[in-house]
Amino acid sequence: MNILVCISKAPDTTSKIAFTNGDTQFDENGVQYIVNPYDEWYALVRALELKEAQGGNVTIITVGTATDDAVIRKALAIGADDAVRIDAPATDAYFTAMQIAEYAKGKGFDLILTGKETIDYNGSQVAGMLAEALDLPFISVAAKLDVEGATVKAEREIVGGFQEVEVQTPVVISCAKGMAEQRIPNMRGIMAARTKPLNVVAPVALDALTTYSSYSMPAAKSSVKLIDPNNLDELVALLHNEAKVI
Amino acid sequence: MNLVYINSANGLSKAALETVTYAKKLGADVAVVTNGGADASVLASLGNYGASVVYQDSSLDGQDPSQLVKLVAAAAQKIGAATIIFSHDLIGKAVAPRLSVRLKAGLVAGAVALPEANGNVKVNVFSGKAFGYVQVNSATRIISLLPNSIQPEANSVSCAVEAFDSQAGASAITVKATKKPEGAIPLPEAERVVSAGRGLKGPENWGVVEDLATALGAATACSRPVADIGWRPHHEHVGQTGVAIRPNLYIAAGISGAIQHLAGVNGSKVIVVINTDAEAPFFKAADYGIIGDAFEVLPRFTEAVKRFKAAQH
Ligand SMILES: Cc1cc2nc3c(=O)[nH]c(=O)nc-3n(C[C@H](O)[C@H](O)[C@H](O)COP(=O)(O)OP(=O)(O)OC[C@H]3O[C@@H](n4cnc5c(N)ncnc54)[C@H](O)[C@@H]3O)c2cc1C
Ligand SMILES: Nc1ncnc2c1ncn2[C@@H]1O[C@H](COP(=O)(O)O)[C@@H](O)[C@H]1O
Repeated sequence: MNILVCISKAPDTTSKIAFTNGDTQFDENGVQYIVNPYDEWYALVRALELKEAQGGNVTIITVGTATDDAVIRKALAIGADDAVRIDAPATDAYFTAMQIAEYAKGKGFDLILTGKETIDYNGSQVAGMLAEALDLPFISVAAKLDVEGATVKAEREIVGGFQEVEVQTPVVISCAKGMAEQRIPNMRGIMAARTKPLNVVAPVALDALTTYSSYSMPAAKSSVKLIDPNNLDELVALLHNEAKVI
Repeated sequence: MNLVYINSANGLSKAALETVTYAKKLGADVAVVTNGGADASVLASLGNYGASVVYQDSSLDGQDPSQLVKLVAAAAQKIGAATIIFSHDLIGKAVAPRLSVRLKAGLVAGAVALPEANGNVKVNVFSGKAFGYVQVNSATRIISLLPNSIQPEANSVSCAVEAFDSQAGASAITVKATKKPEGAIPLPEAERVVSAGRGLKGPENWGVVEDLATALGAATACSRPVADIGWRPHHEHVGQTGVAIRPNLYIAAGISGAIQHLAGVNGSKVIVVINTDAEAPFFKAADYGIIGDAFEVLPRFTEAVKRFKAAQH
């Protein structure tokens, strides 16, 4: 089985979020990048489990610049066989998805896995765009994934519950919690990752459909109003009269 | 004319009314496209929120996003839609990106407000820790609206319901089983949420949480460790790696308020925090705080809500 896993970098979850250049750019000062958690914990680890059980190859792909290589090596250390980097900044989801589609076209991947969303831009866009560009079925937000021959058995999230679905390969699947457990790379994996192939591929010419023109921070909360734990009637009255939420 | 896709398989959700309201506020007339066999009278009631026409393909069950893409694309073409609106829910997340590629129309994912004067649309970024303003570079644009970003608003328009054949072909996806807890309020749609964390000490103690949720007509949620150890089901886990919610009222008991937890709940309009530790970081993000023991405070809170409700009648 040939599996392509789409890997994005993401700021470490404890990073301070700030902007520069008149609030038009994310301030990367002091920010540590990690592999986007959904891509790593769920998509990549499940891909590796399927490969270990059934044979095949796991390729990871990133649209990004040379500064992303460190994050790509982390994903290789967890166990991917080889990596591809499309050498361009990931300007928007459309640009990113079309670059990945261009690379994946005709290469015979049975499964293309992504995370459910990136934790910085939270778009949940790339996977669906990729599926449309490659004209493949799309299982969105899957919490379980098994493959028997050419049949993919997955459980996807629906509003208020889950649904078991089946579809034939090839297919694009976005992966969420439940699919696998996080794997901590060991020393051997980290050493091996240094020599695994990382192919840098030139992007195709393409315009982004959207641009982030600026950013802002939410207004600071006014300080908390403390309520006497023995006077819950006061809280209920405030929630009704002041906050108007009950 | 602008187009809204709604899922009407289980009647009209609040999210559907929000998207129609949003589209109406853009100014132009609003057409709605939907799949499934809802009654025409139900669909016509979307006129109360500003829709002039509803195109219904009752043959589509909506299980395969690639069919829904064809449905929405066909309707968009029919009316020459300039803006196409989805709810940023599980269906919108599956369909809107596909449509963006099919129509080469820029997608604003997770809008939280109407477009600004310059046309840029405000979205949540960094898991709710900041906002971004997205400019769309294509003639047609797609906006998926984060649930609970605007309130449905009455706007009486006469509304026709027309059968629509999207010729979407067969579904590539076969549904084998659906697991849905009966009667529970789906967390992303809930207007009120009562949530608890490790401070509750064990799964057997959740009665006090559920009692308050019942009294308030709220959904229940939890912090990640609580779902990880199996005290509560995974779908209740809110935060950066769980569900992101933005209810009107979020009540958190025995949750410390770690940054990854806040990332999933800081869009809530009003936050109430109950914690024994006055130094718990959650108090900094709270509107109302109670320094106290959840096992004492929650039952009292429930009683106070019941007294309030009784007095209202
Ligand atoms: C990459 C990453 C992603 C993460 N994603 C998430 C996520 O999506 N969601 C999430 O929730 N967490 C997430 N976490 C975990 C997060 O960092 C915290 O560890 C977690 O939220 C803590 O859960 P808690 O508040 O229930 O438990 P604790 O931190 O143990 O806090 C328990 C709280 O209960 C209080 N307490 C104790 N007894 C009582 C009592 N009787 N009455 C009232 N209060 C009491 C204590 O004072 C304390 O504040 C993530 C972590 C990482 C590293
Ligand atoms: N620059 C990128 N390179 C490769 N894959 C990406 C990139 N950005 C996003 N993805 C994949 O698409 C998923 C959804 O991203 P998003 O649409 O940004 O929420 C991520 O979890 C990744 O698997």
